[in-house]
Amino acid sequence: MAVLQSKHDALQARIAALSFAPQGWLGAARSDALARLTAMGLPGKRDEYWRYTDPTGLNAVEAAPVTLFDPGDEPAPFSGVDRLKIVFVDGVFDASQSDALALEGVQIERTCDAAEADIHWASALYGVLEARGQSPVQRPFAALNSAFADDGLLIRVTQTPSKPISLIYHHKSMTSDVILHHCIKVESGAEVTILENGAAAARFNHVMEIEVADDARFHHIRAQGRAHTRQAVTHLFARIGRNAAFKSFTLTANGRLTRNDAVLELLGADSVAHVAGAALGDGDFHHDDTVFITHAAERCESRQVFKKVLKNGAVGVFQGKILVKQGAQKTDGYQISQALMLDGDSQFLAKPELEIYADDVKCSHGSTSGAIDETALFYLRSRGVPLRQAQSLLVLAFLAEAISEIEDEVISDDIRQRLQSWLARHEH
Amino acid sequence: MLEINNLHVKLEEEDKVILRGVNLKIGAGEVHAIMGPNGSGKSTLSYVLSGRDGYEVTEGSAKLEGQELLEMEPEARAAVGLFLAFQYPVEIPGVGNMTFLRTAVNAQRKARNETEISAGDFLKLVREKAKALQIDAEMLKRPVNVGFSGGEKKRNEILQMAMLEPKMCILDETDSGLDVDAMKLVAEGVNALRGAGRSFLVITHYQRLLDHIKPDFVHIMAAGRIIKTGGPELALEVENNGYADLLAESV
Ligand SMILES: Nc1ncnc2c1ncn2[C@@H]1O[C@H](COP(=O)(O)OP(=O)(O)O)[C@@H](O)[C@H]1O
Ligand SMILES: [Mg+2]
Repeated sequence: MAVLQSKHDALQARIAALSFAPQGWLGAARSDALARLTAMGLPGKRDEYWRYTDPTGLNAVEAAPVTLFDPGDEPAPFSGVDRLKIVFVDGVFDASQSDALALEGVQIERTCDAAEADIHWASALYGVLEARGQSPVQRPFAALNSAFADDGLLIRVTQTPSKPISLIYHHKSMTSDVILHHCIKVESGAEVTILENGAAAARFNHVMEIEVADDARFHHIRAQGRAHTRQAVTHLFARIGRNAAFKSFTLTANGRLTRNDAVLELLGADSVAHVAGAALGDGDFHHDDTVFITHAAERCESRQVFKKVLKNGAVGVFQGKILVKQGAQKTDGYQISQALMLDGDSQFLAKPELEIYADDVKCSHGSTSGAIDETALFYLRSRGVPLRQAQSLLVLAFLAEAISEIEDEVISDDIRQRLQSWLARHEH
Repeated sequence: MLEINNLHVKLEEEDKVILRGVNLKIGAGEVHAIMGPNGSGKSTLSYVLSGRDGYEVTEGSAKLEGQELLEMEPEARAAVGLFLAFQYPVEIPGVGNMTFLRTAVNAQRKARNETEISAGDFLKLVREKAKALQIDAEMLKRPVNVGFSGGEKKRNEILQMAMLEPKMCILDETDSGLDVDAMKLVAEGVNALRGAGRSFLVITHYQRLLDHIKPDFVHIMAAGRIIKTGGPELALEVENNGYADLLAESV
């Protein structure tokens, strides 16, 4: 299928200034990605999964400048967590601010350092899961990322490490336009937790490809940067083996535009894939979660739990699909997307989809949007809880199901704390 | 303790008048009962006193120890010592019962410039009060009233009252839907709180509850007014003859 001329032109303009490194196995992967990208072009407003989210700002040749976010004396996310810290500044790895890339049971390399090798384990992953994720739905920004990523890590987990790996994305330049691409392989029997936080850039394109082997467990908790005018498009691509677990949670507070895609494939029996998000938006905020979970094996469980708190014209989008392939019997698929509107101006657009080709499956989906429960609010106040505090309590209660997807209590408390302070700052 | 004068209330959204000049004076340490047919305005009175939205006071006043309640926010009324045990206790998914109780206790303490209760002391206190009401640890952990039976919800109201130690307690049909044993438990919970100058306004349809919580005065409410006031014998009269005679008398 030929790409529309306008899309093609837009793409050429978009990538003209990007640097392309053709060397080694990585060069080959990048060339493939560029070919994919050229064949599809950049997304347009008429594309099925871009109807609710305008890609213009992401397609633009340059990133719109942003005001840098000053967190004041507020502690950074995950401050209380013992972790291996790896810092990127405007998308470039910064060794001086990072811990040594050494953690027992884990190999960590920068992708650019590994590109010279003749053969590398990551060549079976880099761009490969992204390419699989291009069908049946095209994801041009992910292909663009594979082709042009500036930096990123290759993380191979052979044994369960003693602490989480924390990727921190500092944002220093008002116009930074950053493309990061990470590959993570969790070998059989190992378990790892990856933390991510920070505004990263004025415009951030992020891809993480994750292979979760048989009997392995992967946890991902991310707090997206609070800068108000930043734009971000992120993709998680995961291939999940037998008796394995993939769990990802994202907190998004603020941001003019956020598009988070998760494309997860359950390929071995008895595995779980959970993806959850809590999004908080006040004013110029557009937040889109687009999820595609494929059940290709028996007795797997998937959960999608997305909660959005919206006010002052903020927009929330959820597009979630469960595809149950033939033979994926005893699938248990659950999907819930809900918005809590703190005023009448906000908007929530949801597109839940089920596509099922097996007969013995249990799948449910639900989507709601509503205001704070006035009766519950009065009940709390009648017990002496002040209005603002009562509202916060009810908002947190609304988000509780998503937060409960985080297994680690120290981390979930950290996230809850951040939600609370956001609510305190955004009281009406 | 509580002094209601010529209280007139209509619905905010409609031109429907519900209370048409209620007068009621409850002294410190007294127990008053209000009985009356369904729809006579008993719940409305309790909601208006506690500050629920949706009602408009067109005339009159309601003072707690001399302070005008009707101008206060609901949380301020609670802080000065008013408590309503709801006819239909509210379910709050996602908020644990313990969190709810502790938040409420500390919010009231803060409003009164008292120090917050420590986690340890709070736990001890809740366990002790819950035990008396046969509320188990499991119920304390669950979200507020979610999945509670009717009786459990009512006992949970009494637990909140016991924890908050209000001065003026309004119980809106706390006995309805309870079996005899549950009602005894609730009555014991209430009686344990009597004394120390604490006053009660008990709204009920049944003499039964008043056998356990002995009222000093019984009022009959009809069509938004208190049409008759008497002693405990008035409740017996209602039990035996219904409201028909009383209503006819008042016309
Ligand atoms: N929020 C409301 N909206 C509409 N009607 C109401 C509302 N609150 C009370 N009413 C009406 O006011 C009258 C008194 O109700 P209520 O106070 O609940 O009586 P009681 O508790 O004595 O049974 C009833 O006719 C009831 O339908
Ligand atoms: Mg009633």
